Amino acid sequence: MDDFEGLSADQVMTLEAYADTIIPGERRGPTDRAVAGAADGGGAVASGAVELMLSPEGGLAGVLDSLAEGLNEHARDYAARTGLDPDPAVPPFVALEFADRVALAQELLGPGHPEQDLWVALAMFSTMAWDTGAHMHTVDAMAAGHPGLTAMGFMPPDPDGVWRFPRFSYGRALAALHPRTTPRGDPQ
Amino acid sequence: MFDRQGSIGRRMWPKSITRESLDPWYDRVAEALPITRGGWDDVTYAGGVFAAACHHAGRTANPVAAAIDTDLCTNCNWMMSGCRFDAKRSLLLNYLPAAVDHGAQIRPLHEVQRIERSADGDFLVHYTVVDPVDYRVRVDAGAIEAKIVVVAAGAAATPVILQRSEQTLGAMPYAVGRYFSGNGERLNTAILDEDRVRDVLGLDRGDGLAYAANQIGRGPSAASWDRLDGSLPEFSRYSLEQLYFPPGFGTILAQAPGAEGPSWFGVEKKEILRRWQSWLTIFIMSEDDNEGVFGPPPSTGNADRISMQMLSRGNLRYEPSANTKHGWALADADIRDILERDGLSRVMPWTNEVIGAYTVHPLASCRMGDDPRTSALDETNELRDHPGIFVTDGSAVPGALTVNPAFTIAAIAERAVPNIVRAAQARGVDVRYLGWLPPAARVSREAPVTSSAGGVPVTVRSV
Ligand SMILES: Cc1cc2nc3c(=O)[nH]c(=O)nc-3n(C[C@H](O)[C@H](O)[C@H](O)COP(=O)(O)OP(=O)(O)OC[C@H]3O[C@@H](n4cnc5c(N)ncnc54)[C@H](O)[C@@H]3O)c2cc1C
Ligand code: SF4
Repeated sequence: MDDFEGLSADQVMTLEAYADTIIPGERRGPTDRAVAGAADGGGAVASGAVELMLSPEGGLAGVLDSLAEGLNEHARDYAARTGLDPDPAVPPFVALEFADRVALAQELLGPGHPEQDLWVALAMFSTMAWDTGAHMHTVDAMAAGHPGLTAMGFMPPDPDGVWRFPRFSYGRALAALHPRTTPRGDPQ
Repeated sequence: MFDRQGSIGRRMWPKSITRESLDPWYDRVAEALPITRGGWDDVTYAGGVFAAACHHAGRTANPVAAAIDTDLCTNCNWMMSGCRFDAKRSLLLNYLPAAVDHGAQIRPLHEVQRIERSADGDFLVHYTVVDPVDYRVRVDAGAIEAKIVVVAAGAAATPVILQRSEQTLGAMPYAVGRYFSGNGERLNTAILDEDRVRDVLGLDRGDGLAYAANQIGRGPSAASWDRLDGSLPEFSRYSLEQLYFPPGFGTILAQAPGAEGPSWFGVEKKEILRRWQSWLTIFIMSEDDNEGVFGPPPSTGNADRISMQMLSRGNLRYEPSANTKHGWALADADIRDILERDGLSRVMPWTNEVIGAYTVHPLASCRMGDDPRTSALDETNELRDHPGIFVTDGSAVPGALTVNPAFTIAAIAERAVPNIVRAAQARGVDVRYLGWLPPAARVSREAPVTSSAGGVPVTVRSV
């Protein structure tokens, strides 16, 4: 786990566990509790989810501590409802098994949940950390081997940092045109 | 489309607007932007796969017309945030420089809050100036006097400004902030089987790959119009278009086909994201029911800003009606029929359960019409009961168009200009309608922006 200014270690772990529920990844080491290790390759956490959540541009930084507390509150309630006995050594959300984290996330993210907006926003930041590396310039993220962009096969830019695809078309007619196409090429 | 009734039981468009009467205005816009007819050489791999799949399923497909300078375009597909090559022929290269050359002042980062009537019957337009980086921060405020006001803040903002102006202007027509349409929009993501693309459709890029080119292109390049048949009943007509959004916006709502766990996040979502280059996004533009309604306006701005620029929360409510859902279901089934045929792909619509319905084509929230009860503007684009205020953006379009709207929005705005000129003349403004088209520029200009740091003007690229 990394240090992040303004957040306690428990809060960071909790946010990481949530991000890992959204885009799961492999553990960073044998003692990693936040990342559940439910999928191969780096997930949202390794892609910078907490950095993105903390970015001043995103607007969530000021409420992350209460979001982490909220997650743990919901996890406590979930554990009580489902008869679990969570490990007190880690925050309640982190103590949940991956399947329980998913089940709880589905409740929080489901239509009709009073806090759905909040948890969707936090999930969006987690997804975007993985599939856009939005806390970095895309050119830098690609150069640094960003886990999400790399796994997606996102193609790198030219050496000057600009994307150019000179070959882009099959270059032949592939269907009959609609019979009522106007001379300008529009539908009638 | 112009004869649509929606659910109001009468023609939604003013009777003076027909395809024939609008055609000359379409022609002007096509020349000004300029929009060019696409050929098959302009169709990207993604558009090509869609067209070939349509053909394989017995449908037609067309290259779409676009205002792109194909000599300059690099097919980088980053156009959602402007074009650094000036290949996208946006307003920065035609209408805006022409307006500046005719004396118009452009004031970037000025956010209009409300309109008031001055003591002598003119208007006062109140604005704030926002910080160039953090739009939540207000750095200045002021007001502009005007004899005529043209509101064109887009269908998500125009009704908000007008609603907020009620306190000083008096009651707004009932249709301000009602009848919002999302252009019947819905997206599906197909995850293509590369081998089937090669074997069934006979496609090959020439470099050993059949497709794997989701990233390559320039937005939409091919569409299928088989269901745009005027003889079909309303709410069953739609077009299907190949589209691209970059990761993030273009991935978050996509669902893993056949998922046993959650479909838009989690392990199965990550698996489909690994195949992202084989994704093909298909856009449905159908006939919705104008079911969007704006709640009370936020205290400032068009919506409450969460992020510096990206995320905000507005007061629009949109519950898709049975009519809208009917069209979506037909279109979803059609896309599956085309793209799952012979194992070409697996298709899933984007989820509506996360952020509700979504659209990139907001329309109709301050619409034109002949009926004062269901339209906010008369057929000249003037706001009912508030002479001198005109609305010329997507909010004026009465309903879903089943095609991309920018061309129609622009044609309606062009058509409104002689009316605005007449209203200005009547108020003693020395102005004439010349009907000149803006000359095309190849390079966009720099825009002066005032930074928050001590009011020192900084120059930023205007894209
Ligand atoms: C990603 C994406 C892709 C699209 N692709 C296509 C396409 O391929 N073809 C197509 O036809 N259409 C496309 N569209 C739709 C098209 O861009 C819009 O329908 C069209 O631009 C709407 O025009 P408008 O004039 O109504 O509003 P806008 O173009 O939104 O103009 C409104 C302007 O008002 C400004 N503004 C807002 N509020 C205020 C305020 N309070 N004070 C001052 N200024 C304000 C805004 O900054 C903006 O410049 C796309 C849209 C998106 C989002
Ligand atoms: S794909 Fe779009 S952004 Fe990229 S060069 Fe072409 S027009 Fe410009």
